[in-house]
Amino acid sequence: MAVLELHNVSIRYITGDFKDIGLKEYVMRKLKRDYHIKEFWADRDINFTLEKGDMLGIIGANGAGKSTLLKVISGIMEPTMGSVKRSGSVAALLELTSGFDGELTVKENAYLRGAMLGYTRRFMDETFDQIIEFAELKEFQDRPFKQLSSGMKSRLAFSIASLVKPDILILDEVLSVGDGAFKAKSEAKMQEMMGGGTTTILVSHSLEQIRNLSSKILWLDKGRQIEFGGDVERICARYQEFLDRKTR
Amino acid sequence: MVEKLKKHQFLFEELVKRDFKKKYKRTILGMGWSILAPLLQLLVMRVVFTQFFGRNMDHYTTYLFCGNLVFSYFSESTGQGMMSLMGNASIFTKVNVPKYLFLFSKNVQALINFGLVLVVFFVFCVLDGVAFTWKFVLLLVPILSLLLFNIGVGLILSALFVFFRDVQYLWSVFTQLLMYLSAIFYSIDTFPQMARNLFLLNPIYLHIRYFRKIVLENTVPSVWFHLLMLADVLIVLGIGCWMYKKYNTKFLYYV
Repeated sequence: MAVLELHNVSIRYITGDFKDIGLKEYVMRKLKRDYHIKEFWADRDINFTLEKGDMLGIIGANGAGKSTLLKVISGIMEPTMGSVKRSGSVAALLELTSGFDGELTVKENAYLRGAMLGYTRRFMDETFDQIIEFAELKEFQDRPFKQLSSGMKSRLAFSIASLVKPDILILDEVLSVGDGAFKAKSEAKMQEMMGGGTTTILVSHSLEQIRNLSSKILWLDKGRQIEFGGDVERICARYQEFLDRKTR
Repeated sequence: MVEKLKKHQFLFEELVKRDFKKKYKRTILGMGWSILAPLLQLLVMRVVFTQFFGRNMDHYTTYLFCGNLVFSYFSESTGQGMMSLMGNASIFTKVNVPKYLFLFSKNVQALINFGLVLVVFFVFCVLDGVAFTWKFVLLLVPILSLLLFNIGVGLILSALFVFFRDVQYLWSVFTQLLMYLSAIFYSIDTFPQMARNLFLLNPIYLHIRYFRKIVLENTVPSVWFHLLMLADVLIVLGIGCWMYKKYNTKFLYYV
């Protein structure tokens, strides 16, 4: 059964003068006809289907539309065209440590994040010990969050998202953080989750990691879907070749 | 709707907790400030205006306090509410959560502060020799109405603030103006009929007037008065909800 289905998804993104300008500037530019909004297609005609337990790796250069696509999958944005069908809960970790509050303690932040990802208080009470254990932050749990190092922060974020067993887990550049030992541990955790039926989407610039973990690959370039399929080795090799050609 | 609220109850509680903790951090008096601030303001007004406006009026302190109570709740709730969406930009651009929760959380805080000041208000009523009657129960009407009105204004302001940061300054000027137009420290009884009617267009004045009618005059406002309040609430709530609905997935372009 398909857990996630994207059908002809296109996303138009706007950017331009409306950001960071005040009212006066807005009126002035409107009058001088110097007010520009740039529209562009961040993603164009994306089609793919994920089954239960699939691990999708998304690859592509910067600006390929990966993050925007994830925002649509997690429901933060609406696709301009096409449709996204999800069945089950989605836990998205986009830019890991944003949304944490430096003033709160580690424990409070864990609860807040858990709440954002849609879990209940009872569930958090039950799993908190496990989460903090996995993140190896037991002795820090009552410290203000801002005192943690950035590696510790991402460890916490990963632990919360992965230990709560969502149906769909989205990880954006998550595994590239933390030290070597934690990296190995989190990769093992991901393998275990896939076995347990969680559908995972992983964005990473480490081709190595994608190759090791993924069961399906989506390759994006400038918003276009170059390839999608379960033929991980072949697509990765093609992508590698593409990258090599670019650097040469 | 109820189901949705239930689903997000945990998140809502955590947001309220966070906002509380952050607000009173590094203040010695903590929540004491939320009582003290309006009291000090009352004191200043009492000292300054008694000579000008309070000479021919019984219970001038209570009269002032009614105005202050309502107005400070309104200005705190909307002022804080305005920042609620922008202040949580790092959350709603990364996680799919209902955005109005941020505003509701701020409103809970303002409501609790209001509740504390209200208790002090009743103490002052006793000290000022105001007779308590069963009609005091009806104060729940303007309180509920003001809560909804504040949420409505908060929705509009917080959405606008995402688009234009100038709203902040415009709003502070506007509230200043509104304060002088809400008959907080003066009486409009001697004004011509036409001018007095104009005051009824001011929603804040309506709420203050409601308080004074119950507390000082022991009378219940007319049905028309209630309808006027209801209309104000419905208008701002309508606009606010519409803005949130329309821009729900577009806010993130602007932050």
